[in-house]
Amino acid sequence: MASLTANGHIEPSGPRPKRIGPGRYGVYAFLIISALFFLIPLYVMIVTSLKPMDEIRLGNLFALPGSPSFDAWVKAWSQACTGLNCNGIHVGMLNSIKILVPSVLLSIAVGSVTGYALSFWRPKGANILFAVLLLGAFIPYQVFLYPLVRILSMVSLYNSIPGVVFVHTIFGLPLMTLLFRNFYAGIPIDLFKAARVDGGGFWAIFIRLMLPLSTPIIVVAAILQITGIWNDFLFGLIFAGRENFPMTVQLNNVVNSSFGEKEYNVNMAATILTALVPLFVYFVSGRWFVRGIASGAVKG
Amino acid sequence: MKPRFLRFWMAQVALLPAWLIVIFAYIGTIIWTIQISFTSSKVFPVSNYVGFSQYTRLFGSERWIISVQNLAIFGLIFIVGCLILGFLLAVFLDQRIRAESVFRTIFLYPYALSFIVTGLVWQWTLNPTLGVQQTVRNWGWESFTFDWLSRGDRAIYVIALAGMWQASGLVMAILLAGLRGVDGELWKAAKVDGIPTWRVYVHIVIPILTPMFVTATVLLATAVVKVYDLVVALTNGGPGISTEVPAKFVIEYLFQRQNLGLATAASTVMMITVLCVLAPWLYVQYFRKPRSAH
Amino acid sequence: MATVSIRDLEIEFGNLKVLKTLDLEIEQGEFIVLLGPSGCGKSTLLNAVAGLLDVSAGQIWIGGKNVTWEEPKDRGIGMVFQSYALYPRMTVEGNLSFGLKMAKVPKDEIDKRVARAAKILQIEPLLKRRPAELSGGQRQRVAIGRALVRDVDVFLFDEPLSNLDAKLRTELRVELKRLHQELGSTMIYVTHDQIEALTLADRVAVMNGGVIQQLASPKEIYRRPISRFVAGFVGSPSMNFIEGNLSVSDGKAAFKLPDGHLVDMTGYEFETPPEHGRPATLGVRPEQVDLEHREPGASVLPVKLTLLEPMGADSLVWGELAGKTFSVRIDGDAHVETPSSVDAFFLPAQASIFDLSTGARL
Repeated sequence: MASLTANGHIEPSGPRPKRIGPGRYGVYAFLIISALFFLIPLYVMIVTSLKPMDEIRLGNLFALPGSPSFDAWVKAWSQACTGLNCNGIHVGMLNSIKILVPSVLLSIAVGSVTGYALSFWRPKGANILFAVLLLGAFIPYQVFLYPLVRILSMVSLYNSIPGVVFVHTIFGLPLMTLLFRNFYAGIPIDLFKAARVDGGGFWAIFIRLMLPLSTPIIVVAAILQITGIWNDFLFGLIFAGRENFPMTVQLNNVVNSSFGEKEYNVNMAATILTALVPLFVYFVSGRWFVRGIASGAVKG
Repeated sequence: MKPRFLRFWMAQVALLPAWLIVIFAYIGTIIWTIQISFTSSKVFPVSNYVGFSQYTRLFGSERWIISVQNLAIFGLIFIVGCLILGFLLAVFLDQRIRAESVFRTIFLYPYALSFIVTGLVWQWTLNPTLGVQQTVRNWGWESFTFDWLSRGDRAIYVIALAGMWQASGLVMAILLAGLRGVDGELWKAAKVDGIPTWRVYVHIVIPILTPMFVTATVLLATAVVKVYDLVVALTNGGPGISTEVPAKFVIEYLFQRQNLGLATAASTVMMITVLCVLAPWLYVQYFRKPRSAH
Repeated sequence: MATVSIRDLEIEFGNLKVLKTLDLEIEQGEFIVLLGPSGCGKSTLLNAVAGLLDVSAGQIWIGGKNVTWEEPKDRGIGMVFQSYALYPRMTVEGNLSFGLKMAKVPKDEIDKRVARAAKILQIEPLLKRRPAELSGGQRQRVAIGRALVRDVDVFLFDEPLSNLDAKLRTELRVELKRLHQELGSTMIYVTHDQIEALTLADRVAVMNGGVIQQLASPKEIYRRPISRFVAGFVGSPSMNFIEGNLSVSDGKAAFKLPDGHLVDMTGYEFETPPEHGRPATLGVRPEQVDLEHREPGASVLPVKLTLLEPMGADSLVWGELAGKTFSVRIDGDAHVETPSSVDAFFLPAQASIFDLSTGARL
């Protein structure tokens, strides 16, 4: 490697090594083919939603629409049918928003306080609490479902938006706690000690010292919770009740309902509409999203 | 003398919601579920204890056996497939290529989507009447056949493929972060020693990445056990019951087929399996090296 | 200003005993340095005094009040950390006033106290800046100021100068000493740096393995180390240790080197009457050895010199004695041949002798 050792005025001897060898083309070929694999469904989804049904029936999945139109989108938004209800997917979207906002706020609030208390104060039993929380993150939800349905009906929260919000908070707690605990574990303990010596109590240290430092992790937590809760299907299906079905549940009902003729363009338009919020969050947040999935998984 | 739990009483108060959730929503519900699984409950929980007979029935049920088999097939293909594809993507992205962030964005975006969306898109793309099969036939290859979605013995592979499409990007992101953490001097040393690149990857880089592989595997494995929405959206268990999975089995017996005893027995089995696999990993990951006291 | 009294203090982390029945009485206005290697328990002791750790047994009294279970803020202490621990999102002023705001001190009083502390520490121009915009030395001043504004009786320092470069460390050391003289507060200072300990302290507590090995004035610690550990830890370069046996004949004590050579120890004050044949370690500091002049009463050690290390004002000569490394500090202008075999002279009265097995001073 003459070029590595060459410096100053000494010219490297021998032929200059080729920068772009066949290996480079192989790398790009692999990446481009992979990219196609990941993009094709998105492409199919978009072109299908822009085609009229007769064009779709020709069976040319990848063909561009002859005369693109947003009719299917309009229909998906305001007329798509779930069973006999034909009010469009926007009903689900409103429900999803009603579920999303309080769930995200509440789960981050509880998770941050829990993570803070576990990380800095570590009162008696904190380790047990954390261990059970962690286990809870991995246990299949099916074990909790029936008793939770019963408990929520006892307090009249079953089949209601507050009920789903509550469930999202419960099952968001492990991840949120882990995120904040790991984040706070990275803050020098001396800072906490100094604040204690200065007379800061539990809430004063949290609100005046820790929260202002927590912006990055709050953003990460918000990204994770917004995409996670928006994409949820199971809890919405079981706890929200027919009136409050979130968008994912409504979408599945629209597409997989056995009534009438299948309108693939409307289905795909509805699917895109459902995917819009998480996709928007994903494209806007960029590296933060990556950081989120990594920090949720890896010890901080 | 004021003991520790009194001195930190405000911390305890702040942890109260977490404690309530853990005690009632986690531990309480688990105990309740296990308790029901030992009864002959149908629509409502009853306290007629029948020992392990629900478990016996469960493992005598064809639907459950198929569900478990499907989970094994799906889990194996999904985890191995995601790990391989994700690793390759990460390694190729790490070759100082152009437009790296564009590729990274493309590989990871499916992970932001709902399993429902993924399932519906693949259901449409691979449907035998108007999807890829028909398209290729229209291109002139009349005998082309790809009808796995409508074949009971193949549909589960389609689900695994859709799962890989969604989650490989996650593995890529985790491993790419790991690759970026590999000491640059290591590459220089290998170059000076004349070790071929692939050998460095196999013998040096992969061992360094082991913790990331473990983390990715655990994340994927939990997704496998929870897999429900993907199946509901893609095949709804069909054709027939050929793509049923345990999570779906439990939901159906809980809320549609009204057989609480059997459903809770099934969910208990799911939970115990997960705990057995996870407990050692969790212990190593979080409790072996506690945060020092000062 | 207050006394600090630590009585039978024990601290355990799980099964690990970090402090073992520790007693320490600190006078009002005294500057105490806790000195020791990492893991000796010095920081643990300081954290316990601050109330940041739960004690397992024993009591802590500050200013005649039992504060063992008091909150840190109620102990009348201020603490300065190695990492400065400045609140990152607050200005210097915010950092200084945080404690006072927590204590609900009236606004004008806060302003007055902040201004006074800023004046003492010469950080007035920095009040509106944030910690990230300060240099290491400035940060540490602010950290000291945070304790200063609260008018505390006892200052606790946890290796406050360790993160600073050598020059700044010397400057701030002097300033700390000046501050102590001005305020007259009780100060407890943790460090592993013996220079800081010897220059700052009224008394030094040398700690090892969770116990205080010696508590004495810096001079005493340096001159009459109570154990081989203290002798080896204090002083740079480290004291020379030579293993051998005590020899007593006709009431005269000597130290017998492994090769049989007898070193006259007349003039050494034994703690206990010397026993003939007792295995022991002879300790001589490099700066107590003279290669040229033999003062009256000096004894002789046969040293093989191997290497000269000039250090400016003086030089270190490295050599060998009885198979062990031996170092001598000589004047920077002096000249020695290396390698060579010479006689090294030292005064037995300045040397130390320790029991070979227990390490206790004989």
